[in-house]
Amino acid sequence: MNKIFRGRKYFLEAIWEGLLKISGSITSIVVLLIVVFLFKEGMGLFNSKKIEDGYSIAINKTNTLTKLSSEEVKNVFDAEITSWKALGVKMENDEIVVLRLNDVESYANEEEMALLDQSFDNLPKVINRIIEDNPNMIAFVPETYLNKGFSGKKIDLGNISPKEFFGGKEWFPTAQPVPQFGVLPIILGTLWVSLGAILLALPFGLAVSIYMSELASTRIYKLMKPVIELLAGIPSVVYGFFGLIVIVPLIQKVFNLPVGETAMAGSIVLGIMALPTIITISEDALRTVPRAMKEASLALGANKWQTIIKVTIPYAISGITAAVVLGIGRAIGETMAVLMVTGNAAVIPHTLLEPVRTIPATIAAELGEAPSGGVHYQALFVLGCILFILTLIINLTVEYVSSKNKHKAH
Amino acid sequence: MYNIETKNLDFYYGDFHALKDISMTIEKNEVTAFIGPSGCGKSTYLRLFNRMNDLIPNTKMTGEITIGGKDIYSKNILVDQLRKEVGMVFQKPNPFPKTIFENIAYGLRVNGEKDKAFIEATVEDALKGAALWTEVKDKLKKSAFELSGGQQQRLCIARALAVKPNVILMDEPCSALDPISTLKVEELIHELKEKYTIVIVTHNMQQAARVSDKTAFFYLGELIEYGPTAKIFTNPDKEATQNYITGRFG
Amino acid sequence: MIEYNKRKKVNQATMFTLLRIMSIIVVGILIAILGFIIFNGASAISWDFLTKMPEDGMTKGGILPAILGTLYLTIGSMIFAFPIGLLSGIYLNEYATNGWVVKLIRTMTNNLGSIPSVVFGLFGMSLFVNKLGFGDSIIAGSLTLGLLVLPIVIRTTEEALKQVDNGFRHGSLALGATKLQTVVKVVLPMAFPNIITGLILSIGRVSGETAPIMFTAVAYFLPSLPSSIFDQVMALPYHLYVISTSGTDIEASRTMAYGTAFVLVAIVLILNLLANAIRRYFSKKVKTN
Repeated sequence: MNKIFRGRKYFLEAIWEGLLKISGSITSIVVLLIVVFLFKEGMGLFNSKKIEDGYSIAINKTNTLTKLSSEEVKNVFDAEITSWKALGVKMENDEIVVLRLNDVESYANEEEMALLDQSFDNLPKVINRIIEDNPNMIAFVPETYLNKGFSGKKIDLGNISPKEFFGGKEWFPTAQPVPQFGVLPIILGTLWVSLGAILLALPFGLAVSIYMSELASTRIYKLMKPVIELLAGIPSVVYGFFGLIVIVPLIQKVFNLPVGETAMAGSIVLGIMALPTIITISEDALRTVPRAMKEASLALGANKWQTIIKVTIPYAISGITAAVVLGIGRAIGETMAVLMVTGNAAVIPHTLLEPVRTIPATIAAELGEAPSGGVHYQALFVLGCILFILTLIINLTVEYVSSKNKHKAH
Repeated sequence: MYNIETKNLDFYYGDFHALKDISMTIEKNEVTAFIGPSGCGKSTYLRLFNRMNDLIPNTKMTGEITIGGKDIYSKNILVDQLRKEVGMVFQKPNPFPKTIFENIAYGLRVNGEKDKAFIEATVEDALKGAALWTEVKDKLKKSAFELSGGQQQRLCIARALAVKPNVILMDEPCSALDPISTLKVEELIHELKEKYTIVIVTHNMQQAARVSDKTAFFYLGELIEYGPTAKIFTNPDKEATQNYITGRFG
Repeated sequence: MIEYNKRKKVNQATMFTLLRIMSIIVVGILIAILGFIIFNGASAISWDFLTKMPEDGMTKGGILPAILGTLYLTIGSMIFAFPIGLLSGIYLNEYATNGWVVKLIRTMTNNLGSIPSVVFGLFGMSLFVNKLGFGDSIIAGSLTLGLLVLPIVIRTTEEALKQVDNGFRHGSLALGATKLQTVVKVVLPMAFPNIITGLILSIGRVSGETAPIMFTAVAYFLPSLPSSIFDQVMALPYHLYVISTSGTDIEASRTMAYGTAFVLVAIVLILNLLANAIRRYFSKKVKTN
């Protein structure tokens, strides 16, 4: 045999196999990279100060206040909390007086105004005096103005905590002095919309898949199948556009609402979008039911419907479950259509007829405005992490369910 | 107990003429075996007795089949009711993915039976009837898949017995079983013929000889010969039958 | 014969009617959506619409830059995803022995395939746009879309290869061909039609994605066409999103929006028809041989 030839042949094979192995491992590497990047960017959030960078909260030195939550800060500066008692502080003058940088002029006396006119270097002194003279004052000012000889107390709000993040009821990332990153309304919004979608899509999806696999004639089947395949391929913006122009006004009219952009609009659009997934997968599952099973049932005198309910569906149940779970996954992760029709209000929804905001929609709507590396940016990455974990759980559930199915078959 | 009578039956799959002008009477309280090479139409014919072929699209039937004097293809026949009267056991054991008990109770439940005590009693009777009771009475709540192949097939027979049919059709019931299981099923068939009209399709000539009273030989969709088993196997009238029996077939 | 259980029959009739009605509703809705877009969009389509730049704050003119942008992004993502996906599929089906490595790769591929597109957007922004410094550009968007579609290409390839009967592989190997020769000369040509149809369908998927390119490639409006792969582009799905939700004058750009939606649907429709045609052509060819 020709040795050189064999050598070259082997060399090519080796390169080829190396190439294959690298390509094969790429998806795993990408998943790992996604995890690393999402978590690296996201976890920075919990090392960030609650308060806007370079600012501080300051009070009079006689004030006994030591701690404030983000929500309390926001309520104080929004004048929703106006009494010190509400914060657990006893004070002669119970009324909270708020001092922001642009309030300084209204508290300064003439002499101080003259000083300030000369130079802003005098600002720290003025602020110090104002806080000293007002025991019931709370100030939100740049850190640098509190450094030289400040006689009051600074309150350290600490870092953003996971507890406040996951338990917080308000999402207001651009709020001053303390941005609010309460993710609860967004998570609830996501669940509401997805749940609504699946409740709509499940009965219809199941009905269609049963019809297609058990009842439809070949001719009708051949008509239905491509339509459903086609709809699985239509981009989500187009569904969103349809929802915006047809479903949103319809809901507004039918329920006589101020706006039609509601959780319900999202659920309907998502429900329609989840249909092809649910139909295709459960139809496949129903088709794998052996004919012998159905014949055995019919031979015992069961009619077609009884056979479907008692034999075919139970036999295919893990496939159907997988279909439903994947449908939910699709609904939870869907971005554009939801962004376009749900109104995006970050409040905890009480009915399906209120605007809501979902995790993907929040990311899509806000990432463009969030400065790269900032707290807001990091918070959106944490949302991404939540979404990633949710879909991971869903995917593992599906794999578990379908592996159980294989086990059952043999 | 009913006779099954067939008159001038023709059956088509699309353009394919699968059964040609069949006329015969299957007697009650007997075991009748259908034999013949693959594709001769014997299974197709069997499946006409409980209208299982209704499920296959693009088929056509002419002629008449009556069971107990009733035309089972007349318009006002209720197909699922017919199938309750005419039980069937399939080639491969096909228990449902349910418990042993639920497999047997299935036929009763789908036919509207709700009386728990009655169902329990019937399940026991059926399992006893299928000679399976002693083997499974302690594990009725276990999955039917835990049984061996032979046990599964007897379970399927028990399942058919539970709905109290008059006729039992068996489509090569032993083709997927080992010799010992086969023997057990054959014994069972022997016992069952006192109460039921039994029709069995088989590839296995010895089996036909062992279990049946009458034998019908089919070839290329035609009924070639039909008569007492002893006669068919020892002294058939037709040469084709003779050739098939002695294994000298094309 | 025994008295018939009437309720059983009524039940079945009711349920079957219900199933039929529900199926008709679903198909009706689906066709209504398609019809709505096609009917309203067709009137917006003209030669100028497809070949002109947008005018008057995107309320008039055409969508040429968006069409080109989507074309560039789609081609870019396929250049990246197709070879890797193909090789990866070949590895999984032809080479990898059935150990935990294959299981891991398959699980990871499934996981990658189930990650929501907006998360790809986050990742693409963080890696390609910021870390690698591509900025918002065709290349960053293409790579992000490529990653998104990679699992689909892999799965399609694997499925297609599975359809090839093992007899052909053994036949080739028995003639002294190496594994590489067998794969390239026997297996791939036989799997080709299915791979190609899968590829076409995944092009459809890529061309309609919005969330992954929102922060990696697209711009709201660009006065000129891109000149390099490091330029930003406009894209059809994002264009539709923008002019139907936050354009300068939403009412005035309605016709443009219908037209854009029509083009998006038409792309998917054409790709589906093409895939079906290819499937039919090759299955006929196999039969006549």
